[in-house]
Formats: sequence, C-alpha cells, structure tokens
Amino acid sequence: MNRAIEQGGFPRLHRMGEQGMLVEFGDRLSMAVNAATLAFRAAVDSAALAGVEESATSLKSVFLRFDPIRLSHEALEAALTDLLQARDWYAVALPHGRKLWRVPTVFGGDHGPQLEEAATLAGLSPEEAVSQISRTPVRVLTIGFSPGMPYLGQLPETFDIPRKTELNPHVPAGGLALAIRQLVLFPVGTQTGWRWIGRAAIDVFGQQADQPFPLTAGDEILFHSVSAPEFERAWADVEQGRMVATFEALP
Amino acid sequence: MSAHLHILSAGPGLSLQDAGRPGLLAKGLSRGGAMDPLALAEGAALVGGDPGRALAVEMAGAGGAFRAEGADLLIALTGAPMTAEIDGARVQWAGSHLLPRGATLKIGGALKGSYGYLSLAGLSAPELLGARSAHISGGIGRRLQAGDRLTCAPGPNAGGMMIAPDDRFSGGEIRILPSVQTDQFDAATLSRLETTEFHKDARASRMGARMGLNGPGFSSDAHLAILSEIIVPGDVQVIGDGSPFVLLNECQSMGGYPRIATVISADLHKVAQAASGSPIRFRFVTLEEALAARSSADKHLKSLTSRVQTRVRHPADIPDLLSYQLVGGVISAHHDAADKPQEKET
Repeated sequence: MNRAIEQGGFPRLHRMGEQGMLVEFGDRLSMAVNAATLAFRAAVDSAALAGVEESATSLKSVFLRFDPIRLSHEALEAALTDLLQARDWYAVALPHGRKLWRVPTVFGGDHGPQLEEAATLAGLSPEEAVSQISRTPVRVLTIGFSPGMPYLGQLPETFDIPRKTELNPHVPAGGLALAIRQLVLFPVGTQTGWRWIGRAAIDVFGQQADQPFPLTAGDEILFHSVSAPEFERAWADVEQGRMVATFEALP
Repeated sequence: MSAHLHILSAGPGLSLQDAGRPGLLAKGLSRGGAMDPLALAEGAALVGGDPGRALAVEMAGAGGAFRAEGADLLIALTGAPMTAEIDGARVQWAGSHLLPRGATLKIGGALKGSYGYLSLAGLSAPELLGARSAHISGGIGRRLQAGDRLTCAPGPNAGGMMIAPDDRFSGGEIRILPSVQTDQFDAATLSRLETTEFHKDARASRMGARMGLNGPGFSSDAHLAILSEIIVPGDVQVIGDGSPFVLLNECQSMGGYPRIATVISADLHKVAQAASGSPIRFRFVTLEEALAARSSADKHLKSLTSRVQTRVRHPADIPDLLSYQLVGGVISAHHDAADKPQEKET
C-alpha cells in the first residue's frame, strides 16, 4: 500500500509554477511532520539530482527550485515519488550534523515584559513557565520570514496560546516571543503579535561573522536562564560580533 | 585620485544591484537582485562588462546627480527611461556615454516604467554573502545616498553605443501558471482573474506589488487556515483585502496567504517595471508556453552583446542644432556633445 494513503493524502507534490516544487508532509505542524521535512530534504540534497538548484524546508514541506530546461517537471516528480516511497519519512531519524545550542537567555522584566501574561494564558506561574521553557531543548523547526529568524518548538501543549490581536510596537533584536507552542527569536527589532517573554544572547544573522547564519533547521536550542546583568554582559559581546552561545554536536 | 562616481544627490530608491543571492532560502533570505535583470545585462553589454557579473546602480522612479571624479568614466543608462543630461546636454537613454572627469550627470524622473539602471565600466563593491547587491528588506547593505563614492575604472572607450530596448514598461498581459493553492479557488474565480483589468498599485516596492481592482476581491476556502509556507518571487498571493499581490525580488521567505498563481519567469520583470497605475491582465498559459518563453528570454539575454550598435544621433539630441551646416555637410554619426573624445568611436 502506498504510504501516501496511510498519511491521509500526504506527502503531496505540488508544482509551484515553472521552477518550483513543493513536497508537503502535512497540513498542520507536528514534530513528526517537521522531522519528515528535515530528513527528506537531506535525502534530496544527497541524491544531488541534476537540475535541482536549491532546497529549503518550511514547518511542514520541502521546497525545491530547479532548472526546468535541464530537469523536466515530470522527471523531478518521478524522482521525488521514488524517494518518497523508499521509506516511511515520518519515522526516519533526523539528519546527521545537527547541533545543540546553549544560549544565555533572560526571561521576564524589561527584557520580556509579556512573560507574566503568557504564563497566565498557559495556566502557569512565571517561574514555572521559565522553568519549563528553559530546561527543554527546542528544535529549529524552520528559518524564515526574515533572514536567519528561527521558529522553534514545539513547547508542551499548555503553551498553545494565541497570538495577540494587536502588534507589540517594538521587540528588540534577540527578542524571544511565544505563541501557538512555538518560540520565535528576532534577528532585528520588529513588530510582532507574539508575546515577548525574554531575550537570547545570539545573533542569528551576523552579516560580518564567519558563519553569518549559525543556525540550521533541525538544530536544537536550550535557552538557559540567566540574570539580567549576565545577559547584558553577554549581549555586549554579541554586539561586538562575538559568539557567546556554545554548541555540541547532536548524535 | 582613483576613478569614482560621486553621488551629489540621490533619489529615494537608489541601490547597488547585481543578480542577487539565489540559494539562501533555507536561511530565510529571498534572492533579491536587480528588479529588471534584462536592463542590468543590457547595461553590462553597453559598458563591456561580463554580463554574468553585472553590477549597476538601480534607480526606483528617479535618479539623482552624479559627478565623475579621478578619471573619465564610461556609463550606460538602461531600463525605465528617465530624463538624463551631462553638464546640461541631454543624453540618450538605452545608450552608453562618456562622463568626462568633473562632468555632472543628472538623471530625473522616469518617463515610463519604474526602474532605471546606471551602469559604469569597472564598477566594484564589496561582496557580502556571495553578492554585491543591497537587499533592503533583508537588512543587507543600504540605499545609496548623497556623499557616497562608487569605485569605478577609467572609461575604456568613449561610449556612443546603443541597444534597442524591448518595451516592458507599461504593464499589459502577464502570463501565469498554477501554484500551490490555485485549485482551491473555484473555476469562476480563476476565470475572473483572467478577465479583470488590474492596475499596479503605487505602493509597489522591491518586495512586491499589489494589483488594484475595481469590483469584488478574490477569495477561496484556503483563506481559513494556511500554515506559513515558503514563498518565492513571482507568486501571486491573494491578500486580506482580496486583491492579488505579486511577490518580487525582496519578498519575505515565508507567507500565509493563499497563492492563486505564479508569474512565469520571462514576465516577472514586466510586473516590476510597470509604472504605477499601469493596466495588468493575467493569462494562464501551459507549462510548454512558459518554458518556451523562458528559453527565448535566455537566448535574448545571451545575444545582447551582438545587439549593441553604434548610436545614430537623433536631431533632438543635438545641442544647438542651428549651428550645424546641415545642407551639404555630413554630420558624424558619432558626434555627441556628451561623448568626447570622439576619435575612439569608430
């Protein structure tokens, strides 16, 4: 039996016009759907299909940009279908080469003025919320919207809180915000409807750095809780272009 | 002093642009680059640069004032035609010219279209993430401003060449293909997409262009819940007010609006170049037609060098026409007040 049927019609191939193809693994986010995108992208990259020029993942899909003159839509669809049917992508291990980052993070206070509100919506005290968020590594589910910006998750069910209807006028660079069981970390100051709960000492888009984009989708981050003065010292280093977050290789 | 172009005054939308940074979607960065890649390549062909490495000053809507310093510079003006003069003498668009050391080039507003390009022989700029172009929405580089000096090479020749541009500045028919959510719009809605005359909204930017319309907007069931998905230049999103919005070079990398279609690569620069208010009509085409258009656009790009020709002077371009002995004399086809010295032009 075709695995596509087992998964309620997923994975699905969609043509995105002349030079794009989308392999969609689900219509809502789950850790298994997201893991499938990461594993499948790694497999497509390893397959090195002639004519595929770029690959990327979203929360739930793999996108491929290709040269339709070198590689026809039909040939790409056939190759992807073969690859999809070769394994149960919802059950395979995440790709190798992922990192576990440890990032000094301050929660609450001036650096996270909506922590209390978010905790209340999650049915927790601020201390309990910080304890849960800061002790569980969260996966970089995808990177996007603005350059380097990670979507992280999933947090426990209790953090399934809605976005605000009005926008926060300004969350600074490094701002960590929470909604719908996910965290986002802003590379630059921005407006957002997500609740601002803390600040993390990492520059996720350091233009002049040796590694301008330190994070890769699939990496995990532990936002370990530090005091405001500790964070401010770490942030001063970040602003000097230094990497204060540490990482280890994940198995 | 080294050869450079000194920006004396700058319109609001000046930036350095090359082919952009394709390949960084996984890091959340759209490709960016020149909004009219054909104009960028035409400029490179005119100043004798490598079309694959072309770099130019992109000018959205209007130019500025520029002075050659340190050497005579070879310039080319392509893309959306704008008024242009060198030391007060009008010069022809879609052509190359010598900008003598100390002379001032003034570029005014666009007469048609949106993006004009000022190419310069030997123009160089530092590379960041594999390209020299500014990606304004992504925070890479910045707009050019008065006081900036751009490093160039001394003009290798006197210009006086031209290239006949395709007219791509007034909107018109834009060919589209289905995208991810196209089949979630019903047949009547898709048909209406093809029969509606849209007009390009004045707020268009390097990120995208809204297509204004009179009459009801477009909608589908897909509006109810779409998880953000990867989006790319060319995609036609239906935004909250029901109007189509064509994503352009500096679009965000992810979006949650349903996509009714995507513009074929051969027509995307037409959307970018259309002046605000220009009429836009969409037409679904087959993949075969899109690929044929892609191949033909690619062939056209590769043929640009052979399309460069010596400029034939138009009487309107000649300053002080009455001072010429028109009867019985022969006017050098290469003489142009702006293009000195002329002896290199043969």
